[in-house]
Amino acid sequence: MIKTYDVVIIGAGGAGLRAAVEIPKEYSCAVISKVFPPRSHTGTAQGGVCAALGNMEEDSWENHAFDTVKGSDYLGDQDAIEVMCQDAVRAIIELEHMGMPFSRNEDGKIAQRKFGGHTKPADPADPYGKRIPVMRACYSADRTGHVMLQTLYENCIKNQVSFFSEYFVTQLLVENGVCSGVVAMDISTGEIHTFHAKAVVFATGGYGRAFQITSNAHVGTGDGTNLVYRAGLPLEDMEFFQFHPTGLWRLGILVSEAARGEGGILKNKDGERFMQKYAPTVMDLAPRDMVSRAIITEIREGKGIRGSDGTDYVLLDVSHLGKKVIDEKLPEITGFARTYLGVEPTKEPIPIQPTAHYAMGGIPTDIDGRVFANEKGDIIKGFYAAGECACVSVHGGNRLGTNSLLDIIIFGRRSGKAVAEFIKTADYSPLPENTEEQTRKEIEALKTSTGKESILNIRTELQVMMMNKCGVFRNEKELKEGIEELKQLKERYKNISIQDKGNIFNTDLMEAIELGNLLDSAEATLYSAENRQESRGAHTREDYTNRDDENWMKHTFITKANGSEPKITYKPVVITRYKPMERKY
Amino acid sequence: MELSVKILRYNPEKDSKPYFQEYKVPGVAEDWRLLDVLHEIKWKLDGTLTFRRSCAHGVCGSDGIRVNGKNRLACSILLKDLNYKKTIIIEPLPAMPIIKDLVVDMTSFFQKYEVIKPYLITKTPPPPDAERFQSNEDAEKLFESAKCILCGCCTTSCPSTWTNDNYIGPAALLKTYRFVFDTRDEAPDERLDIIDNPDGIWRCHTIFNCIETCPKEINITWHISQLKTRLATREF
Ligand SMILES: Cc1cc2nc3c(=O)[nH]c(=O)nc-3n(C[C@H](O)[C@H](O)[C@H](O)COP(=O)(O)OP(=O)(O)OC[C@H]3O[C@@H](n4cnc5c(N)ncnc54)[C@H](O)[C@@H]3O)c2cc1C
Ligand code: SF4
Ligand code: SF4
Ligand code: FES
Repeated sequence: MIKTYDVVIIGAGGAGLRAAVEIPKEYSCAVISKVFPPRSHTGTAQGGVCAALGNMEEDSWENHAFDTVKGSDYLGDQDAIEVMCQDAVRAIIELEHMGMPFSRNEDGKIAQRKFGGHTKPADPADPYGKRIPVMRACYSADRTGHVMLQTLYENCIKNQVSFFSEYFVTQLLVENGVCSGVVAMDISTGEIHTFHAKAVVFATGGYGRAFQITSNAHVGTGDGTNLVYRAGLPLEDMEFFQFHPTGLWRLGILVSEAARGEGGILKNKDGERFMQKYAPTVMDLAPRDMVSRAIITEIREGKGIRGSDGTDYVLLDVSHLGKKVIDEKLPEITGFARTYLGVEPTKEPIPIQPTAHYAMGGIPTDIDGRVFANEKGDIIKGFYAAGECACVSVHGGNRLGTNSLLDIIIFGRRSGKAVAEFIKTADYSPLPENTEEQTRKEIEALKTSTGKESILNIRTELQVMMMNKCGVFRNEKELKEGIEELKQLKERYKNISIQDKGNIFNTDLMEAIELGNLLDSAEATLYSAENRQESRGAHTREDYTNRDDENWMKHTFITKANGSEPKITYKPVVITRYKPMERKY
Repeated sequence: MELSVKILRYNPEKDSKPYFQEYKVPGVAEDWRLLDVLHEIKWKLDGTLTFRRSCAHGVCGSDGIRVNGKNRLACSILLKDLNYKKTIIIEPLPAMPIIKDLVVDMTSFFQKYEVIKPYLITKTPPPPDAERFQSNEDAEKLFESAKCILCGCCTTSCPSTWTNDNYIGPAALLKTYRFVFDTRDEAPDERLDIIDNPDGIWRCHTIFNCIETCPKEINITWHISQLKTRLATREF
């Protein structure tokens, strides 16, 4: 069946909903999501969203931009970073006006706290000299993402946005540089629908589920990124995947950086505050890539603690903060430690290990969400992307904490605005022929397959391989092995079969399709990682330990070539005012 | 250890009515989440078993189910918190139509939530370049109610919901509190009018089922009682 809307937005996380709010009422707008909007992953974000409000101490958007550029290890595009940081203050105020409940300071203004990598000059007269942590992260206890998502959802209800909840998008309709819609399955009935649209916005989130230990929800399977990749369009900087240093041991559930922002300390098995060695000035509040490397290094030197599952962890101690601070400012995350590990954070340290967290790479876009068809900057007409699935690129090689919630509201809004402008004059582009056939065939094939492979085995092997061969530390030998393993997994994937053959709410089928998406996301990540012969941000090569600005100050664009190896091209990094420097903290 | 669970199964494409199916699940440990058990069954024993889930740590509200007669989130309850030596009985949340197995149709739950105008309503324009003022004390009065993850455990555990489909239910009342008591909101009366009727707040007889079941440990009835007091004392 064909449904027609001026705008179709895929994804009801922060980016998708913020875009939806921007579409004027006179246009029809549908938001499609595979889960109910308030179940989207944005709701799990804990620590905060940053803007140089200066509510607690002097700060400026330039400080924020400098930190973001440096945090990105100079791979972030500086024009986009300036746009984001300059607009951040307005964006946060706007969220407050929309109704978001923030924690407040003594003056009744939005409260702010410290977060990794967010700094200001110790001496304002020397902006590029020594820097000290600054309170820039706006928060609502440790449920910032939850209340942000709720607020945006509430505003969509107010604006009477049409939701297609529990619809699963399976195909992107793009032909000759023009996008005309998507194909989606109504999960509750199994019916296939074509959504014909003048403009399509992808806001489909990340793909942390490609890794064994991850903070990401089960639905974080990179569907959107993969649909773009499969349509023969490029993905940008896929080798940059962030490992958050503090996941709950064994489970990967996130313990927000807010814990360290409030004064929590990392310790090794000897009780040593090891971050002193790795980042003498900011210590535990160093950016994530550095802290994750430090933890793995400690573990490799035998200073971790061996857990009952055979993996090693280090300790995050917040007990000295006292019960009052913990209950008021970190109630949720300390609750997780209590519930899932039986640890009482007011009395004992929390066992943690790095957890796969955030995709810096994704669908390449300009600062208004328009999707690039290639590294030359040609645009796909009618196709936009925002949020974690997109790569603007503001995060470059490594995202700073609290910059993602900011990214989704800034670039979600900008995409929405650009779409609203575009549809004023745009017409519906014709749909390709037999739009739904590909999806129907794929589903039929999965349901009728009698192959011997199981979703579970392939997915587990993929996750273990990505963790071991494409994790915090990487090298050519292991990446090459990873690529070979992946090829075999993809072959075996052709022989998977599912047990549920029905139409209604077939989650067996969905998991099979999602696994296909994970395999392709992993492919783009592995090849991009193998190709980049330097260490930058979250991409750490043991065989190329230095950052190499001369050869690698450029974005990777990877495109799936039919049958053969993916093709890699490059796009230069945009540099405005910040010259690359060594990244020390 | 081996765990025994009985799960209420229903596939409208095949079954005329729901029935219990028993599974013996080997190799489980007492620090497993119940969600891990459901996954173990789905991934290793029976791919047709159907349930919702996403975050797996109690923040998205997807996996409300009924466990040994109590509404719980599968991801927030560990086996050691259950009497796991005996067979665990798992059913979908009550009082909502079953779509398949543990998946229920939450349409009416979300409709009730939408009815109370769950968004900030203001008439006075905010300061152009600054946030509205709110003391931290006033902000924190909202936090407990804002914690709600719309999982539906409370509303479907409420005897008043069981006897009357039209009862607005605790989750929507909690959301009403969230806005009525927001010092920034300027339409508390509009919302109070919506809940001030026999199918509204007055159907709550303070039976406390909702509190016992709320996975976020929200003191729902306290919030409802604040609304009742506000209604009783409001002046026109
Ligand atoms: C545990 C955790 C804590 C975090 N804390 C912070 C923090 O404190 N500060 C910060 O700045 N960032 C934080 N982040 C990162 C940040 O939360 C995310 O990057 C951001 O919320 C992503 O938002 P999004 O709108 O791009 O995508 P999401 O919120 O992930 O939404 C994706 C949407 O796409 C839909 N979708 C996906 N595939 C399909 C499909 N095939 N068909 C239909 N719909 C589909 C989903 O249903 C969903 O609605 C955190 C992340 C995690 C995992
Ligand atoms: S206290 Fe009210 S809302 Fe809660 S279960 Fe009882 S009747 Fe229902
Ligand atoms: S109040 Fe508690 S039980 Fe009810 S919907 Fe919210 S989180 Fe769930
Ligand atoms: S899966 Fe999110 S609350 Fe249980």
